[in-house]
Formats: sequence, C-alpha cells, structure tokens
Amino acid sequence: MGFLQKKVSESESYGHIVWRRFKRHKVALASLIVLVILTVAAVLAPLIAPNDPNAIAGMFGSAPDSKFLLGTDVIGRDVFSRLLYAMRISLLVGFMATVISTAVGVVLGLISGYFGGWIDMVIMRFTDMVMSFPYILLVLVAAAIFQPGMWNIILILGFVDWPGVARLVRGSTLSLRETNFVKSSVVSGMTKRHILFSEILPNTVAPILIYATLVLAVSMLDEAALSFLGMGVQPPAPSLGNMLNGAQSLTILTTKPWLWVPPGLTLVVLVISINFIGDALRDAIDPTTVMNSGGLSEADK
Amino acid sequence: MWKYIIKRILIAVPVLIGITVIEYFLMSLAGSPLDMIQGAHVSQAALSVKSAQLGLNRPVIVQYFTWLSQILTGNFGYSIKNNDAVSAMIGSHIGQTLLLMGVSLLISMLISVPAGVFSATHKNKVGDYSLMGLSFLGNSIPSFFLAMLLIYIFTIKLNLLPSGGMTTLGANLGNGDVVAHMIMPVIVLAVSMTGTNIRYIRSAVLEILQQDYLRTARAKGIGHFKVINKHALRNAMVSVITVFGMEIPTLFGGAIIVEQVFSWPGLGLMTMTAIINRDYPVIMGVSLVAALVVLLGNLLTDILYAVVDPTIQYH
Repeated sequence: MGFLQKKVSESESYGHIVWRRFKRHKVALASLIVLVILTVAAVLAPLIAPNDPNAIAGMFGSAPDSKFLLGTDVIGRDVFSRLLYAMRISLLVGFMATVISTAVGVVLGLISGYFGGWIDMVIMRFTDMVMSFPYILLVLVAAAIFQPGMWNIILILGFVDWPGVARLVRGSTLSLRETNFVKSSVVSGMTKRHILFSEILPNTVAPILIYATLVLAVSMLDEAALSFLGMGVQPPAPSLGNMLNGAQSLTILTTKPWLWVPPGLTLVVLVISINFIGDALRDAIDPTTVMNSGGLSEADK
Repeated sequence: MWKYIIKRILIAVPVLIGITVIEYFLMSLAGSPLDMIQGAHVSQAALSVKSAQLGLNRPVIVQYFTWLSQILTGNFGYSIKNNDAVSAMIGSHIGQTLLLMGVSLLISMLISVPAGVFSATHKNKVGDYSLMGLSFLGNSIPSFFLAMLLIYIFTIKLNLLPSGGMTTLGANLGNGDVVAHMIMPVIVLAVSMTGTNIRYIRSAVLEILQQDYLRTARAKGIGHFKVINKHALRNAMVSVITVFGMEIPTLFGGAIIVEQVFSWPGLGLMTMTAIINRDYPVIMGVSLVAALVVLLGNLLTDILYAVVDPTIQYH
C-alpha cells in the first residue's frame, strides 16, 4: 500500500509540472477553455437547446433572428438546437473511436515490442498493411458494408486508427525492455502481465496521451467527412458532418449560409482547439522522451 | 543499389497480397452484390444463373484465388453494374486523379519547405507563431468545408472559377480551362497537407540546427544563408522525404472527398459510385491500384533516401 501511495504522490507532482509548463502556452490555454465550454454545452444540450433538434419548430429555411439564433433548416428545424446535439454526437464519436483505437494500439504495441520475434513480425506487417491502405477508402468500404450509423462509425474508426499508437507503444516498449528496472522484474520472476501493464505501460502514458489528442482530432474530422458523404451518422440524428451534407446543393450554399457555415466553423474550432492542446502537451511533457518514441523511427525497417 | 531496390520490392509483395486479402474478405461480409440488382422483375432463377456466372456461389477462398489468378494475367474483372472492364475504367480515370495529386504535392512542397525552414530559423518570433497558427488551421479545417467556402467565394461571389468538373461542357478551351477547374481542388488538397508538412519540416530543421556540425559550420563563418541552405536543409531532406512519402495514402483518400465535392472525373468519384452500388470488382480493382500507388510511393521514398543520405546502408 505504501508503495502505491508513493507512486500517486509522485505522479501528482509530475502532473503539476506538466500543468505549469502547459499554462505557458496562452493559445493552448485559451483552446482548453473553449473546448471545455463547448463540451459542457454539448453534454448539457438537452437543457440548453431551446427546441427539440428533430422537431419542426418554425418556417422552412428562415434566416437567423431573435427566436431562432441560427435560423431554421429546409424543413423548419432549429439550427442552433441541432448544432448543440451535433456537437454532442461528433465529440462522442471522436472520443469513443479514440478510446478504442488507443486500446487496440496499446495492446498490439506492447505485445509486439515485448515478445519480439515472429509475433512482432506478424503484427508489424499487419500494421504496415493497414497503414499503406488509403485510409478513407478503407473506412468508406467498411461503412458501405456495415450499415452506416453512429456506433458502426465509432467501431470502424476505432479499428482503423490504431497503427500509429501501436508503432509508438512498440518503440517505447523496445527501449523500456532494455532498462534495468524491467530487467530486474524479469529476474525476480514477476508475471509478464505485471511487467507489461504495471511497469512498461505507465512509462509510455505521456506519448500515448499526446498521440491520442491527434487521433481525437483526426477521427472527428473523419466522422464529419463520412457523414458529409452520407456514409456516417444518419439523419435525422444531427452530426457536424451531415449538417453540411445538405449544403452540397448550390442553392443552399448560395442563399442559406446559416445552414452550413455554423456547423463547419464549430468543427474547425473544436479540432483546432484539440490540436493546440495536443501541441502544448507535447511541449509540457518532457519533449525529449516524446521525440525519441514518437518521431519517425527506423526501428521497424 | 539494385539489390536494395529489389529487396524493397520483395518486401512490398506480401503487404500488397495481404491488403487484397483483407479487402476481399471484408467485402464478402457485406453480402451479395446481386442484392443491388434485385427487383420485382428479376426472378430467383435468373439471379442464381447470374450468381453462378459471376462465381458467387463458390466459397470465398476459391473466389479470392480466382480473382488473384485473373489479376496476374492482367484481367481485373468486369463491373457488375455496366459490364465495363475494370482495367479500362481505372485506366480512363487514374490520369485525372494522379494529375490532381501530383500538382497538390508539388504545390504543398513549394510552400511548406521554405515556410518550415523560415519557422525554424525564426523560432518563437512573430513569423513563426503566425505560420504555426496557419499550419494548425490548415490541419483542422475539414476539406469539404474548405471546398464549400472556396466555391462560395470564388464561384458564387466573385464568379472567377468554375465550381466543378474538369472542363467547361461543350467548349474546347484547351489547357487553360483545365487549370481553372483545377485551382480549387488543388488548394483544398494542398492545404491540409501543407499544414502537417510545415510542422514536420520545422522540427526536422530545428533538430539539425542543434547539431555540432552546424555549430562548426557557423563558427567557420560561412554565413547564415549558406549554413541553412547547404548544411541544414540538405540534412533535413531525409525527414522531408519521409513526410511526403507518408502523405501519399492520405492524399489518395483526400482525393476521394475532393473529387466528390468538385465532381472531378477521377478515380475517387468512380470509387464512390462503385461503393454505393456495391460494385465489388471495381472496388477491388481500385483498392489494388491505390495500394500499388502507395507502395510505389514508399519505394520511391526509400530510393530517394539513398540519393540524399549517402550514409544509409543497404543490406
């Protein structure tokens, strides 16, 4: 127990250092505030939204006014309410896809790096295959096969996004395996599971976290692209991508900018905030460790 | 050198085969493409004849090997939708996509290399911060949204550029017309790529600027310009090449969305149609070609390494 507590307090002070360094990046700090506000607004959408997102509340395609802050869409639904719910879905898809892909990548990377040999060979060649595949093509084919919908999009993105994490974790594992504290655990007969998950994994958390922010940004963009193409979140459920889908017609593009500019801008703001935060985190968490494990390593050549 | 190239090709072959296996079995999960031609006027007997004709009643593994052996003889199969030869379909569309990809790659390179070097040599100054901000913006803006903004500004408001297609219908205006149609798709494809590249190149140059040999070069007094261009940039080239090599799959994927928005008559537009129609032979053919392009890109990257960095060993 004593050992465990010591670890917690150590990580806390480390957290303080990271936070102090993070705060120096003013843009990232502002991004964090924006992201928190938007996330809270998205989570509280049922309380904040003035109208039911799927109910016809007013005139068809009326311009923004005091009653409908962002106007109404072509069938008379409140765009502002839909935007709040769309953020909710887009953030959820991005977050869940990131959790899944990170989990898959971490497990495969740990196994590959720790056991080496033919297991490593097989996993890394498989990673190569997934990586050399034009990403959107794979996602589109998968989306066409499994009926499009929110949970399928989460699963598809989750199971396609992992190669980067896997390579990153494998690289860190390879170097950690050679450190003395891991070697001493091996000698003292610790189980492989303990070594992998309690000793190696905690030491790779920082680069994984940074990479995860990148995956989060990318998967939110991918969800939007898929939904935009009609292969993602299906209407009437709103997502930031499918709200833009309707604007493919020139008349809406020309005459009803309130239908496509707000969801597009919201997406840009969300993604750029996440990217700025990730960048500041990279700086805040010891930059040298990240460079070594996250850089373009030649280790798997 | 040749041994090295041949070795890289041999490594690429299993990866290529693996990709086709994954793709083929993924698609077999989706059910029969005949579902799409079903209708009131199609009898069950006609369907089973068609199914036998296409070989769909055999096990997936047998189907896969039939497909693979056909590929080896240069036969990519025929579209289920309209019976065109897949190879001919790809042949008549790939040029447009490669044109789009190539020009975007070139433009992105022309912008991001100087911008990245500038950012690195002016680290933590206003210019660096603005470039980094722009690079993040380029990364964070969804391609289809940027496409819409561009169409809104340049086609609707300013009436300068055509909103889609590759040439003006019914008019033969030559290459200038194609260029006008290309401007917006190329901007969209180049923007997100450039955003990533600037940052990679910046950090590559920053890393090299800290090396001892650069300090020596500076101490020799050969001048700032020469230090950056002759010593730093040359050594940063390895990372630059890696970045552009990694970009090819993304570029290919990006082309699908961009072609869709701008109705650019390339492989992407054709693929989207095939995906919607579950036209498997076409999807398989495109996937194979896409994977080939990507692996060729990787190979080219590896060879360029050799040209740029003589210390890389080939065994």
